[in-house]
Amino acid sequence: MESRPRSFYVLGAFFVLFLLFLYGPTFTIAILSFQGPQGGLTFPMRGVSLHWFFDLFEQQAVGDIWGSFRRSFALGLLVMVTTVVVSVAGGLAFRKRFAGNAVLFYLVITSLVIPSILVSLGVGLIFSQLGLPIHWASSGFGSQLTWTLPFGLLIMFAVFNRFDKSFEEAARDQGATNWQTLQHVVLPIIAPSLIGVALFGFTLSYDEFARTLLTAGSYNTLPLEIYGMTTNVTTPVIFALGTLTTAFSLVIIGVFLLTVWSMNKRRAKQGSDAGKGMV
Amino acid sequence: MRAGENNRHLTGWLLASPLTLVLIFFLVLPIAMIVVVSFWKATEFSIIPAFSWENYDFLFGSPVTYRVFGNTIKYALIVWACTLLIGFTVAYFLAFHVRTQTWQIALFLLCTIPFWTSNIIRMISWIPFLGRNGLANSALISAGITDEPLEWLLYSDFSVILAFVHLYTLFMVVPIFNTMMRIDKSLIEAAYDGGASGFQTLTNVIIPLCKPGIMIGTIFVVTLVMGDFVTVRFMSGSQSANVGRLIQNDIALLQYPSASATAVVLLITVLMVIGILLRFVDIRKEL
Repeated sequence: MESRPRSFYVLGAFFVLFLLFLYGPTFTIAILSFQGPQGGLTFPMRGVSLHWFFDLFEQQAVGDIWGSFRRSFALGLLVMVTTVVVSVAGGLAFRKRFAGNAVLFYLVITSLVIPSILVSLGVGLIFSQLGLPIHWASSGFGSQLTWTLPFGLLIMFAVFNRFDKSFEEAARDQGATNWQTLQHVVLPIIAPSLIGVALFGFTLSYDEFARTLLTAGSYNTLPLEIYGMTTNVTTPVIFALGTLTTAFSLVIIGVFLLTVWSMNKRRAKQGSDAGKGMV
Repeated sequence: MRAGENNRHLTGWLLASPLTLVLIFFLVLPIAMIVVVSFWKATEFSIIPAFSWENYDFLFGSPVTYRVFGNTIKYALIVWACTLLIGFTVAYFLAFHVRTQTWQIALFLLCTIPFWTSNIIRMISWIPFLGRNGLANSALISAGITDEPLEWLLYSDFSVILAFVHLYTLFMVVPIFNTMMRIDKSLIEAAYDGGASGFQTLTNVIIPLCKPGIMIGTIFVVTLVMGDFVTVRFMSGSQSANVGRLIQNDIALLQYPSASATAVVLLITVLMVIGILLRFVDIRKEL
């Protein structure tokens, strides 16, 4: 191994500082959420306890945390499934280079870059002017899709740009129909990337605040609930909530990564043994 | 052959129809609605569908508007410069100094994990850090750098920009890292063989080849910062405002026509910025 240049150590140190910068505040509130019952929002710690976590579970103390969590979770799953299905269909569509695809592409980019409060405001206005009920599962769901679908579609573009078309040609040469080719060849090959799309869909929705602000109606999602709490809760209970939601996100990422890992492992086991025999 | 051609366009549109429908109903029509409402009038109790320029007259006649737009652009520019500098350096380290792909992926994932947790939680987590009795001030005082707590650490432009950089640097790292990974390493070797110094290689080879990634990152960061209203509210302690805050205030007062007019002006500004940036990069080729 050749020796590292000095720039490696300088940049390495910069990278470590960057990580500290990213994680530092989160660690701070994780520690502070274990304040004793007399503790406040800042250091020093006044004892160590789980007091504020228990406080979270008491309904009247902080509003409807669990209801909003359930709604955010359900909405996240709904958005996740829709994002995967619509993005795959969209990705397949763009491969066909159909007439007018550039217009649709720029519409997708617009959806990605448009300030989220505009979507919130616009969807809220349309629903109220048409007399439609504003609800997280209707207007909220649609507004979130304008954010998750562009991400899902961009991932699908990246996937299909690296896709080896000869697999499909081989399937077709063997007499497979289009649907069979899709079902038995294309989808299994892109499956691990779909996990990525699903993860994006779920977490972007689960954390989305601005696009849900005016479109969720009378029942809050979790980010809206947290937003409300920041204005009227002055105890470390909000840090406890932050710690729990962060831990929850980590569990979700863990589950997704584990799924990808086990899929790859199964695939490796069932895959070709070419080149592995005796030479 | 002719039938096959038609078939291709038809199947393409069929497959793209769910995407198209969602974008029409939840993007195109809502934006059209905002434009329409921006010409309506409002009373204290309701909005009246009658054409009028009064929202725009008021908007462009008020010095607040210009100050707030100036503030928005100031935030966007400073945050852009910071995220570009940090993002480029981090991506450069990962792409060129980390040798094995496993380590590259592991370190990269480490950077993305904070991105998956709630933005609002990440914002409020700065408060015990920067506050009067926060960690930063205690550390500065005990190190003897200052005698009394620095007031400008929290609820200031400084804290707003810090939070923006914290939230959005990743949007710069990802696209730049992505383009760097695609740079043919032999080009860099060729530059060294040709006698270029490390710095010359950076400015003449690497940076030009990273331009698409830089542009995509710029688009993300600039649009996110320009449209934001939550970060500014939290981190400035409502002491300063940007356009997003202006819109949100109007919404809170149920002044939808006025909010819409501001929204239209913001939209035009953002689209102009994007239009200029897209001249530097063919986004479809970069995916």
